Amino acid sequence: MSDIPNELKYCSTHEWVSSVDDGVVTVGITDHAQDQLGDLVFVELPEVGQSLRQEAECAVVESVKAASDIYSPVNGEVSEINEALMDSPELVNDDPYGDGWLFKIRIADEAELDGLLDADGYREAADA
Amino acid sequence: MPFIPHTEEDVREMLAAIGAPDIEALFDEIPQTLRCGKLEQLPEAMSEMEVAGLMSARANQDGQPVCFIGAGAYDHHIPAAVWQLASRGEFYTAYTPYQAEASQGTLQVLYEFQSMMAALTNMDLSNASLYDGATALAEAVLMAVRANRKSKSRRILVPRTLHPAYRRVVQTMVESQDIELVELPFDPTGGHTDPAALAAFEGQDIAALVIPQPNYFGVLEEVDALTNWAHANKALAIAVVNPVAMAVLTPPGEWGEQGVDICCGEGQPLGAPLSSGGPYFGFMCCSQKLVRQMPGRIVGRTRDLDGKVGYTLTLQAREQHIRRSKATSNICTNQGLMATAATIHMALLGSEGLERVAAACHANTRYLSQQLISIEGVAPLFNRPVFHEQVLRLPISADGVLEQLSELDILGGLDLSRDYPELGDAILVCATEKRTELEMDNFQQKLQMILSC
Repeated sequence: MSDIPNELKYCSTHEWVSSVDDGVVTVGITDHAQDQLGDLVFVELPEVGQSLRQEAECAVVESVKAASDIYSPVNGEVSEINEALMDSPELVNDDPYGDGWLFKIRIADEAELDGLLDADGYREAADA
Repeated sequence: MPFIPHTEEDVREMLAAIGAPDIEALFDEIPQTLRCGKLEQLPEAMSEMEVAGLMSARANQDGQPVCFIGAGAYDHHIPAAVWQLASRGEFYTAYTPYQAEASQGTLQVLYEFQSMMAALTNMDLSNASLYDGATALAEAVLMAVRANRKSKSRRILVPRTLHPAYRRVVQTMVESQDIELVELPFDPTGGHTDPAALAAFEGQDIAALVIPQPNYFGVLEEVDALTNWAHANKALAIAVVNPVAMAVLTPPGEWGEQGVDICCGEGQPLGAPLSSGGPYFGFMCCSQKLVRQMPGRIVGRTRDLDGKVGYTLTLQAREQHIRRSKATSNICTNQGLMATAATIHMALLGSEGLERVAAACHANTRYLSQQLISIEGVAPLFNRPVFHEQVLRLPISADGVLEQLSELDILGGLDLSRDYPELGDAILVCATEKRTELEMDNFQQKLQMILSC
């Protein structure tokens, strides 16, 4: 059974989203996703200032066995990226909900979060 | 005996297992409009004996002319040991020999190949080779568009001094991907791309600039200025180089302030015979920061559980068997046998040998050029330094002259009128290290004779 914190929102494509803090949400991949991918060796992040469309590809996480696209959970603009992942992609494996976050989005419409899955919904969707 | 291992019974069982009515159903996804139907121009099958007879008749047609044509494929000496070794069964018969536990020899050869190419171009790394020079450039263009995240334009500057066939192949491979190739004119006096001509694109969004060295006319480009211009304009610099020339010219990793980002080219001059146009191989090198955008296969060196050195394919997650349509390339193979021959060729020559080959090519081309321009009406068209090819103007149409020379067993250069009508009656000549003074003097005499008729 993987870790699925109750306070986060989720996408069926295995991204998690934090609640809004000063107009900004944090995005990462779930514990289940990092476990399925195995040891990450590279993370390609969007650029700060890049505008993101909900459900569009915006990043890539690469493990020794697969390179997977990350889809933006909401519409908005990238406000910050996790630079530490450039040298230490393993942070995503070690702490997917903490130091392994991917990027932050200045969210266009907070109501979009309501359309995402809650922890139970994700557990069911991911069968995790 | 057909080399198909499946019996009809096998095929039936496999189709039943996946629920397909027949083999045709497996191709349902391909729209009817894209199918060519029956291949009507294919001749009937022949026996091995008939094919051998046909091929030897064709080979005899070629004769043994003395070759003064370069234009992308070069008549170099290949030490006998190269193909003696490359033809060993272990190298010669294997297809996709990448299974690490069974293919250490092949993988090590490819690793050595990569090391040699990276050293020759002074780039951070090389892949295990690509199909040929022109497709390697097309892959480099696609790679640059992917990698240059500062550019949104998908515009690539391509000099008219780049090999015309390369320009056509790149156009064919990228045109359906919304990539725009913008042609740069050449300087009519120097035969090179004048960096000043780039001023017209200053401040525009350009994804990459292609820089050939030497260019199609044999002329050396101002590679430092061109590379610096690309980087100052947030474009990537793509070098297209002749690998033999790299033994005596500044390698792309050292061009300008930062070196180029991607370097590719045709590997044929390193151990592959002219052989009517193929098989040849492409090579591609890049800087470390672009490694995850590099198409093709990369062999890495590692250690096994017992601490012994071993070789294996690496960075495969970006390849099409894993990443499917989003792969860095959908030609995920390499020209293993040609790369093997090139590795042996370079190992036999060594850096000193390769440098002597390059120097001899240059010296021979200078001598040939001097001999030919001593003929009235023959003159060099461009005034800038060349490596081992030169464009010469003839007093009459090149077509007929070259025809008469070939009847005398001399391949006297390439007629440029088709690809560069603006040059008038011009030929591109080349003298590799194989050409002797006697052969070059004979060329001069025969050309003089033809022109004085």
